[in-house]
Amino acid sequence: MSTKRQKKKLGTEHLQRVIDLCKSVEDKGLDPFVVDVDDIIRVVREYFPEWESPEELCLDAEAVHELASLIKLQSDWVKHRSTSLYTDPFLLEEKIKKMSKVELANLFLKIWHPLIELEQISPNSLLEAIKYWQNLLPLNERWLKNAPPEIETGTATREELLEQRILAEKAFSMQLEAFWEELKQKTGKDGKIQYWDFIGADTYEETINRAYMTSFLVTYGYATLEVHRLEEEMFIKPYEKPVSFLGKKQSISIPVSISVDEWARWKRGEQS
Amino acid sequence: MKKKATYARKLKRATHLLFYRRHKKPGVKGWELRKRLGSDYPKVLGILDSYLENLDLQVKTVFEEEPTVEKPTLEQLDRARFYIVLRGGLTPKESKMMGWRIDDIAGLITTISYIVSKKGRAPREEIEKLLRDKLPGWRVDINMNRYIKSGYLAEDENKQLYLDWRTRAEIDQKLLVELLLGTESQKITS
Repeated sequence: MSTKRQKKKLGTEHLQRVIDLCKSVEDKGLDPFVVDVDDIIRVVREYFPEWESPEELCLDAEAVHELASLIKLQSDWVKHRSTSLYTDPFLLEEKIKKMSKVELANLFLKIWHPLIELEQISPNSLLEAIKYWQNLLPLNERWLKNAPPEIETGTATREELLEQRILAEKAFSMQLEAFWEELKQKTGKDGKIQYWDFIGADTYEETINRAYMTSFLVTYGYATLEVHRLEEEMFIKPYEKPVSFLGKKQSISIPVSISVDEWARWKRGEQS
Repeated sequence: MKKKATYARKLKRATHLLFYRRHKKPGVKGWELRKRLGSDYPKVLGILDSYLENLDLQVKTVFEEEPTVEKPTLEQLDRARFYIVLRGGLTPKESKMMGWRIDDIAGLITTISYIVSKKGRAPREEIEKLLRDKLPGWRVDINMNRYIKSGYLAEDENKQLYLDWRTRAEIDQKLLVELLLGTESQKITS
């Protein structure tokens, strides 16, 4: 069993080396004939029966793909050598080294056919440009238009910030503690209160705010929800001390819809 | 008579399109010419080319994705780019109008011929080493960037240099190899 594992490990390393070799030949523009294709095919064939997992088979496919790219490079190489553009780089290097700058520049002039291109402004484009210029507002007017309104800096009182809800009246934890105390006071002998009876308030906004705070009471272990699905009733029960369920049991989320209609229905029921 | 007038109009339009730069790169794509001149644009270009011959200019077709084709199809022509180039060569005196020093021109021809011999791709390091043989090191780097900026060469993320659009348009690579290998340097200067 361990021999098989060792062979697999060896085969994986071999294939990885094949992939790297083929890639480096392509990236660095090396002579593709330095790679012995027959030898690589022998390696790929030898280890192929060992592959079982998808990862191993993918590696095998990648090696075959890289090998195919290398064979294509060899084919291009042969094609290039058979064309009139083929020059032995070493021979060429020697020739260039022997030639002076003037000789090289003269050779360039024989094979260079520079492009002809012109840039000219036409009467039409001049007319367009004049129209554009006439309609263009001066910079100080344009900047005046786009500049953001300037607001003078001043001071704000704490009350103003509270009014704009930038500052909270109490720290959130303190608000939550106070809300928990209120819940404990409102619960009856059975230690629980109907959910809507607790969160319901005179205004819809306040009801939403109380539901929001209640969700934190439950999440942070100050209270729990008791849901009676058949009766379609939901109670909220405060704990005497905050309880932490972190890592003890899986928490669940209970979505509660608090629409304006539901709030209105609750309010009518309360009034009646 | 009407046909003659049509071709005269098309010739003018082709001249405007080919002589004046309209994009970032000079030249016009075949499909663009077809759109502006009609499907017989190869014929219009043929007539324009024979006009330009007297002025030592020519319409050059460059096949960007494939090597030069002897009898191109319409699809191949649509993909090709057309330029107006000088038909003949320049004299050494005229070469001054290019605005390049003789060092720069010699460096460029060395680079291009080396890349051609390496099947169209060569490492920048190798070429710089070759140029440093005759040019000061600081100049080699400046020149190389200049060749790239002018569109003669392109460089990839692996520092490999390729021949770019301008070399394909302006340089007769076949003649370059023939002159380099088939002719002694004495003959080249003559």
